[in-house]
Amino acid sequence: MTDPVRPVLHARGISKFFPGTIALDDVELRLNPGEVHALLGENGAGKSTLIKCLTGAYQRDAGTLLLDGAPINPASTAASQKLGIGTVYQEVNLLPNLTVAENLFLGRQPLRGGFVSRRRMNAMARETLAGYGLKIDPTEPLTAYSVAVQQVVAIARAVDMSGKVLILDEPTASLDRDEVALLFSVIRQLKARGLAIVFITHFLDQVFEICDRATILRNGRVVGDCALAEVSRREVITMMLGRQLEARVHSKKTGTVGKPLVQVADLGRRGMIEPFSLDIHEGEVVGLAGLLGSGRTETANLIFGAVMPDQGRIRLRGTDITIRTPRDAVAHGFALCPEDRKSEGIVGDLSVRDNIILALQARQGWMRPIPRAKVTEIADRYVRALDIRLASLDTPIRLLSGGNQQKALLARWLATNPAFLILDEPTRGIDVGAHAEIIALIDQLRADGMALLVASSELEELVAYSTRVVVLRDRVQICELTGDQITPDTIVQAIADDPHPHAEPV
Amino acid sequence: MIRSTHLPLLVTLATFVLAFALCASAYPAMLSTRVVANLLTDNAFLGIAAVGMTFVILSGGIDLSIGSVIAFTGVFLAVVLRDTQMHPLMAFALALVIATVFGAIMGALIHYLEMPPFIVTLAGMFLARGAAYVLSTESVPITHEFYDTLQGLYWRDPSGGRFRLIGGVMVLTFLVGIVVAHRTRFGQNVYALGGGEQTARLMGVPLASTTICTYAISGGLAGLSGIVFSLYTSAGYSLATVGVELDAIAAVVIGGTLLTGGYGFVAGTFFGILIMGLIQTYIVFDGTLSSWWTKIVIGGLLFAFILLQKGLTWATQARRRTATGSAAPS
Repeated sequence: MTDPVRPVLHARGISKFFPGTIALDDVELRLNPGEVHALLGENGAGKSTLIKCLTGAYQRDAGTLLLDGAPINPASTAASQKLGIGTVYQEVNLLPNLTVAENLFLGRQPLRGGFVSRRRMNAMARETLAGYGLKIDPTEPLTAYSVAVQQVVAIARAVDMSGKVLILDEPTASLDRDEVALLFSVIRQLKARGLAIVFITHFLDQVFEICDRATILRNGRVVGDCALAEVSRREVITMMLGRQLEARVHSKKTGTVGKPLVQVADLGRRGMIEPFSLDIHEGEVVGLAGLLGSGRTETANLIFGAVMPDQGRIRLRGTDITIRTPRDAVAHGFALCPEDRKSEGIVGDLSVRDNIILALQARQGWMRPIPRAKVTEIADRYVRALDIRLASLDTPIRLLSGGNQQKALLARWLATNPAFLILDEPTRGIDVGAHAEIIALIDQLRADGMALLVASSELEELVAYSTRVVVLRDRVQICELTGDQITPDTIVQAIADDPHPHAEPV
Repeated sequence: MIRSTHLPLLVTLATFVLAFALCASAYPAMLSTRVVANLLTDNAFLGIAAVGMTFVILSGGIDLSIGSVIAFTGVFLAVVLRDTQMHPLMAFALALVIATVFGAIMGALIHYLEMPPFIVTLAGMFLARGAAYVLSTESVPITHEFYDTLQGLYWRDPSGGRFRLIGGVMVLTFLVGIVVAHRTRFGQNVYALGGGEQTARLMGVPLASTTICTYAISGGLAGLSGIVFSLYTSAGYSLATVGVELDAIAAVVIGGTLLTGGYGFVAGTFFGILIMGLIQTYIVFDGTLSSWWTKIVIGGLLFAFILLQKGLTWATQARRRTATGSAAPS
């Protein structure tokens, strides 16, 4: 779109670096007045980093930010709010202990003679909210109302205080259908008023329903900027998950698929994932594909016992086993590398050595400490085997780059010599070199006869190492791809529409 | 409809009325203005300190230093009036400034060093108590004609109750506290801080100045409480008012303020103080009961109020769950 309209907010060449990763690389975002602009991308694509750079929560490392053509450098969220950029987050950021009116006017209460005039404040709140089609009593506590109403109150506050750009960060994540409709009617009103609105969500239906344009991010780069009327849902998904590469040959799947190791039957948990069945054989990598929120992580957590299933059973080598907690799973030779390294994986201040030995020591029990020499020997062996680059084994693990942290985490579980390894987004946020090494490692483990279950949003990666790919959509397993069917194209096809004709429905 | 946020206050009021009725039925003499006047006089220093504590707890913090600050102020006044020619009013002003600055420094430490209020004010408690010892380990009597004048000020009720100055100071402190809490932006910021620090920050509440002011108020009111206590006892003693901070916390909680912050009323604390005073008075009237029964009853009341608060939190959460989606726009 070659729009002569000057954008309200124009971010150019925005870059942001974190130790070991490039979170944003030369990102451009144009917001026109009266436009709802979707910001799309998988987890870790850089959406939230970009938003934080726009609102001043982070300081960008490079690039310019133009608001109405004038450069701005907000130092804090409060500063950007004053400039005209308001944000509403998924978790309603209002105070539950105050009334609706108090929340709406906190910090800018109408005063009379130096004192807060509650009567005027309540009247003004009533009037403001009526403008959004909400006839509620503003003297009630905020928590007397549903999340959708609270969202609208938050939007009203943001618009009142800012009034140029409104950023909605996953506002619909916890809303039901009617509540989404209420929110959308408010968004349409604001659009008609000429606000520029950034809308972030994982629900593509909502994107196509409410948004005019979309900027798509992947791995910190803009991979697409398009008018949504001109693209198909499939094109958008392709951009989010990665460009289809020319048919790469993945014939290196040597080794034989052995006996079934883990057999999952009708495992499920209400509200989390529909019951599913899955057999994983020795010497096999089963890939889990799907968009964010499709149930990839949930599948992994359910099998590992991180979340209690409410139905179904798991068999290991033909016998029923009970897994209630991750401890049970580890005792049966399972291992899980979680998606969120920082909060669920590494213990940042502990040394690499201690991090590597953690799972093995935990399985042994604290009564039988592993001798120091043995610990060093094990850690050393894996550091060399996985080529983890570090100054010494005593380095705190948080100082390592993302790729090396991930390899250390893998080492932690490999040290327990698992029969069944679950990896959730093993290559999230690591650089290209480490990426290739981890893929090679997965292939090696498979060839050695281990059974692996790998959830990933990187299609090429899944194609590279999977012997089978299970595709999930909206928390349901929709199909399973094997052999030659495994290409980025078929996976996107399966995610975007009905099961591919060549795929076997599960 | 009765708001769930008002319910603890109403329960406090009901408890007070019930307690008074029980006392009056046992000892009809307690139903006199003399008892009421004494209730105000005897609890004046505690009440004033409890107003500051209410602000601190509303903001989600705690101030363990106030008992020591009260003692320090008393000793400071006594020593200054004994050793210098300074007029008591000047000494009062000086004491208030010291106590306020002391509180402000604690607030600044809590905010800028991101230290738990519990630890910082615990240090403040030892510091202030130690400073009082440094000034004098003995009880120092205060003999000044201005003190006699102030102590002689009272309004005599026709039926015999003497409403003294210090009781009036306490009531005035409560009135000012109520206005500040509910009718100023600062007061709203205190509630916001108690409701959630991160959210308050995102909503633009000035966290630094709010935290510092809150503890400055608590310190300043502890200073005022120290002045009132010196008027009440005509002496300054470094071992006095040990544990008063805990009495103040008890009064605040019995007054219906949630210990985790964000919910409560300054007015509630007033009735919390009166309830605690009433128990004391009852035991005096009874004459056979050990004064330790005061502690036991207050302990029981505290438990009851904590359970009530927990129950209310559960009830609100349950209500919120069922209310989701029902509050549709019209």
